[in-house]
Amino acid sequence: MSTTAATETHTGHAEGHHDLGFIRTYIFSTDHKMIARQFLFVSLLFLLVGGILATMVRWQLGFPGQPMPLGGMLPDTMAPGGIILPEFYNSLVTMHATFMVFFALMPLQAGVFGNLLIPLQIGADDMAFPRLNMVSFWILPVAGIIMLASFFVEGGAAGAGWTSYAPLSSSGEWTGVYMGQILWLVSLTVLGFSSILGAVNYVTTVMNMRAPGMTWFRIPLATWSLFVTAWLLLLAIPILTGGLILLTFDQTLGTAFFRPEGSGEPLLWQHIFWFFGHPEVYILILPAMGFTSEVIANRSRKPIFGYHSMVIAMVAIGFLGWIVWGHHMFQSGMNPLLGMTFVVTTVVIAVPSAIKTFNWMGTLWRGNIHFDTPLLHAVAFVSLFIIGGLSGIFMASAPVDIYIHDTYFIVAHLHYVLVGGSLFGIFAGITYYYPKMFGRMMNEGLGKVHFFLSFLFYNMAFFPMHNLGVQGMMRRIYDPNQYEYLQGLQPMNTFISISVFLFAATQVIFAFNFLWSLRAGKEAGRNPWKSNTLLWATPSPPPHGNFPEMPIVYRGPYEYSHPDHDEDFWPQDDPPATSGSGGQPAASPNPELVPGD
Amino acid sequence: MSDAAVATMDRKPMPGMKVYNMKLGMWVFLLSEVMFFTSLIGSYIILRFAHPDHWTDPGIVLNVPLTALNTFFLICSSVTMVKAFAAIQQGDQKGLKNWLLATILIGAAFVGIQIIEYAALSSEGFLPMLDAYHAVGRGNPHEGPSLGGPLYGATFYAMTGFHGAHVSIGVLCLIFVYFRARSGAYTEESLAGVEVIGLYWHFVDLVWILLFTIVYLI
Repeated sequence: MSTTAATETHTGHAEGHHDLGFIRTYIFSTDHKMIARQFLFVSLLFLLVGGILATMVRWQLGFPGQPMPLGGMLPDTMAPGGIILPEFYNSLVTMHATFMVFFALMPLQAGVFGNLLIPLQIGADDMAFPRLNMVSFWILPVAGIIMLASFFVEGGAAGAGWTSYAPLSSSGEWTGVYMGQILWLVSLTVLGFSSILGAVNYVTTVMNMRAPGMTWFRIPLATWSLFVTAWLLLLAIPILTGGLILLTFDQTLGTAFFRPEGSGEPLLWQHIFWFFGHPEVYILILPAMGFTSEVIANRSRKPIFGYHSMVIAMVAIGFLGWIVWGHHMFQSGMNPLLGMTFVVTTVVIAVPSAIKTFNWMGTLWRGNIHFDTPLLHAVAFVSLFIIGGLSGIFMASAPVDIYIHDTYFIVAHLHYVLVGGSLFGIFAGITYYYPKMFGRMMNEGLGKVHFFLSFLFYNMAFFPMHNLGVQGMMRRIYDPNQYEYLQGLQPMNTFISISVFLFAATQVIFAFNFLWSLRAGKEAGRNPWKSNTLLWATPSPPPHGNFPEMPIVYRGPYEYSHPDHDEDFWPQDDPPATSGSGGQPAASPNPELVPGD
Repeated sequence: MSDAAVATMDRKPMPGMKVYNMKLGMWVFLLSEVMFFTSLIGSYIILRFAHPDHWTDPGIVLNVPLTALNTFFLICSSVTMVKAFAAIQQGDQKGLKNWLLATILIGAAFVGIQIIEYAALSSEGFLPMLDAYHAVGRGNPHEGPSLGGPLYGATFYAMTGFHGAHVSIGVLCLIFVYFRARSGAYTEESLAGVEVIGLYWHFVDLVWILLFTIVYLI
């Protein structure tokens, strides 16, 4: 109470920090909240790029060989007369995945929310290393420009798939892409530094900069998820970097790490890539799980069901993610006994995932549910994650995977977890934290329209892909009609494509709502969701330095509808009422003055 | 238990990790460095097990005595680094500067010797490129039969090269620290820069002992 009242006055803000000027405030900012906003705008732009590439892929599959609307604007090396060339199609598939994974979903979760939430939820004034944080952001647009530039070099952009399997990727003669592949490698190597710097920052901040009273098991689940993600980034990205560099040497110097003609081992690339790649999968979903936990507990006005098991499940997922990479390689000729090992470890991951899922449902159970946009997105996350998780069990099982490997079944699965899971989780996060970032609410009506249409078109687009895959349509194929047995699937492909276009069009509503609410949204105030975490004890948006006085934490983050409290929420920094013992001093803002025992 | 007792218990400040941010950050960063070298060493192990014919017995192609001497230098530089840190802990500015300078010189010597080694090896045809690899072994006539295979050269240069790059970056950082030390930036109370660069330097030293063993001696 006293801290909340004190923050209202902005005193610390006005005199503690001088005016930094435009460049230091908006461009080369070291303020974690500004960096979060920078990440948000840049990665939403990259999400747009990835989305445009996706619609082009779907045009070719839905209407193969027909000129694409506006396709005439593309040069003849890509789409003469608007008809997408096979080589360009390879680039489209590769770059769609690359942009979505590395430039949209990763920065949207770890970049935006890692920066926004970690210091605010643990009660820190900023990150541990604000300048490294700034560098970490600025690497992203640089890497993105390198990646975009690869479309315009001779041979076009990389076309060996986002996994860039050698030998397809190790020399240009197979794909016809030389410079594009090298730029792909350079861009991702550069981007890796952004992730590592960010991860060092997040880990240090969470470990060392928590406010008094913020014990490990009082940390909100969003910060926990970002903390586990930071560890995964820290340890997984350097593995990829090593592999990327060796592959770059194969491409440029003529070494033969992965080139079979020089006794290199193409399978080594698969091992390196997936040893990175499976932790990466959890990098892409854990933060979304964190936002979902926050939103579901808050909008159900109930404590999160099984807080400790939620934390332990995330740590378990983070650990198990390291010993399952072989399930991407069942078809690579590995020893079946080894394959069996990977089947077992992979299926074990279903246990912590199911714990989380049941905990979310347990939280919703008999809650006082507020059906706002963030909750709708969060519930969509849970339900779509269940579908994606269940289809994952099919693939985790080697005998089944041999049949569905590299078909549209895997495309359906990964889009259920990455779009249905991560992207809906991100929408939940953006709509929920938007008021804190920009001080205004997003429009609820538009938000609901966006949600329902997205949910509908999303499922229309991706659910039938399971069917395509089981019927044998392979992923990354340019024109399935070249096989007689796939020709009957064309109507379904056309249906999927139209659904994807509608899904993409629906996002215009979101973009409009996002931009329009920046200026015209309802003033949010300090705590529009009546949430407990320290984040909401600051003004919206929080001033430089976040907390004018050091907040003190008295309880866990999910004390909603507590029987001992009059209101249905009980902020973490709200001092407990002094009971019969009398003389208990009010909360002291200075931790040094707090009596220990 | 009364509410008040709970409140008192709860209001202990968070001790964190009991180290300052920069030191913790460096430890965390070094973990990611461990993973980077793991990817290189792991690739080496897989390639070598898959193609033992690409390697020769130790000492035939690579100059083990020279590198052993270089290894000794690098270990010495860790000692001088420790001495530098110990000096500033005692508030000994002169000792700090001198030991830092010694560390810089030994580190630079390591890189220099590595460059000389690279030049000698490449003149003997020991190269990373698939098409150019033609190692003849030390002291053999240049048109002699090729020993080992290109994976030997490629992994050698990748592993030692990235280590050399780490040493070089370390030397540059040490030079920066040295000039800060000359301007009196470090005291007994404020010695984070020296300690943190020291951690990095010892890590690079430790990695080299590992690399020297598996690249040169096995």
